[in-house]
Amino acid sequence: MPNIAVLVKRVPDTNAQILVSGDRVDLSNVKWVMSPYDEYALEAAMMHKEAQGGVVTAITLGAPECDKVLKDAKAIGVDRIIRVWDDSWSELDSNQTQMALTSAVKEISAEVVYCGKSAADTGAGSTGPGVAERLDWASASNIIGLEFEDSGIEVIVPAASGNARTGISLPAVVSCDKGFCKPRKPNVKGIMMAKRAQVEVLAAEIPASGINIVSHTPPPQKAPGQTFDGATNVPAVVAALRNDANVI
Amino acid sequence: MSETVVIAETKQGMLHSVTAELVSAANALGSAPTVIIPGTSDSAAAAVAELAGVGRVIACVGDCFSTYDAASWAKAVDTCAPAGIVVCAASQNGKDLASRLAARRSISVVQDVVAIDGSTLTQPIFSGKAMQNIVLSGDAVISIRANTFAAVGEGDGAEVTVMNQSADIATAVREMIAKANERLDVAEADIIISGGRGMQDPVNFVDLERIADALGAAVGASRAAVDTWDEIPHSMQVGQTGKTVNPSLYIAVGISGAIQHLAGMRTSKYIVAINKDAEAPIFKHADYGIVSTWEEALPILESELKALLG
Repeated sequence: MPNIAVLVKRVPDTNAQILVSGDRVDLSNVKWVMSPYDEYALEAAMMHKEAQGGVVTAITLGAPECDKVLKDAKAIGVDRIIRVWDDSWSELDSNQTQMALTSAVKEISAEVVYCGKSAADTGAGSTGPGVAERLDWASASNIIGLEFEDSGIEVIVPAASGNARTGISLPAVVSCDKGFCKPRKPNVKGIMMAKRAQVEVLAAEIPASGINIVSHTPPPQKAPGQTFDGATNVPAVVAALRNDANVI
Repeated sequence: MSETVVIAETKQGMLHSVTAELVSAANALGSAPTVIIPGTSDSAAAAVAELAGVGRVIACVGDCFSTYDAASWAKAVDTCAPAGIVVCAASQNGKDLASRLAARRSISVVQDVVAIDGSTLTQPIFSGKAMQNIVLSGDAVISIRANTFAAVGEGDGAEVTVMNQSADIATAVREMIAKANERLDVAEADIIISGGRGMQDPVNFVDLERIADALGAAVGASRAAVDTWDEIPHSMQVGQTGKTVNPSLYIAVGISGAIQHLAGMRTSKYIVAINKDAEAPIFKHADYGIVSTWEEALPILESELKALLG
């Protein structure tokens, strides 16, 4: 029976206003949630367990406040919850993040890892393929379909000329897009179990950071535009797009 | 200054035009790059060699390149590419390959770079609600967002080397499923017309499609529309939990302009908003706002465009 891991991340709610204060983003007043695509990864992990049995372990990387996303995963029904962290860490780069998560995946001897296609904070999408490379595993990114087979899984991934129905032997890392499943909601029993659940904390060896974050800045602001009242102004806007903007 | 390497972007074996922008970004990092072409035809190699600012070209030829397979591409490209700062396109496969290659070399990957100023790289974070400025402390793999660097022109011709380099593929494509419709993907389009829940019913997206046909545009949708109507697939969603787009023209119809939608399209060169609510936040971000119902505005827009574009 497969040993299934799912990577989850705590991020600001996608509806949150992000302010820059000094030279860093100020996240002191945002609401924190599990990154939206991770909810699909979590659902995929639960579907895998329901199809083939096994154990699902949710893994996150971060300080103690990240326990909340693990408890959220526990309330959905995962078996184990693990947080990778060392109090000496801060602002980890991709190389450090992937090394830390890879070490946790090895620690629990997982055979398949599900993650979101990207996290809502960085939007990078580097973690899934990066962890797969370090494990020397196959990977499929941005999947929009998933079936379980005796010796592996079948996924659907977007390709240039359509969607590719692709077979993958395990072990593998699978990054999930939205749309192929509907993430379940926790029930009362799950929420009560999650309250009592213990978060296992793991340390890991990580390399030095390869980048230095100099500053955060607000996005460039556009000059204010023109607003017209009523559909009779559509021809004027079309003319402006043609003659001033040169985009049509 | 370490060497720079560009991984050319290909689409179904053909060279993608964004490659000329990648060379431009590599030049901004200070050197004429070695351009690696994963699994190429001779014509693609010749086209890259003609670009200005290219140091040399390595055509990496192998069986593994017939379909995209992250693990084997990374192995083969890693063997062909010299050490240094590697530049890829921030496309779906480009970012995936960038992540694999960086992990293989145990170096950082920096995705979606939109500006390079000396040694400082800028990337959007929180889907563009803020920008992050970083300096590399060694070799790294970076991906460049399309339409942010000017493409290089024609040069004097660089030397082309062919390397036979394949690797075992880890995934097997069993079947290609044709897309449900032949419409342009929002991630690829230079003009996008998107509808929100203000369109009232998914059947009304036909009106957007007719305008898209006149413009050669893709049709997109807001999260509210995708979540409300099963007929509108997630592949059309523009926003923080959908696709981030950077077209020349973005037309938002019946979209109020929630933060998470703005995050996906705010860098569009020109934004037109059509909404009946004059207070809709989208108007603050539009170059041209039209306060009107879509029922009144779209027929006029369609006839004007058809008159203009034939």
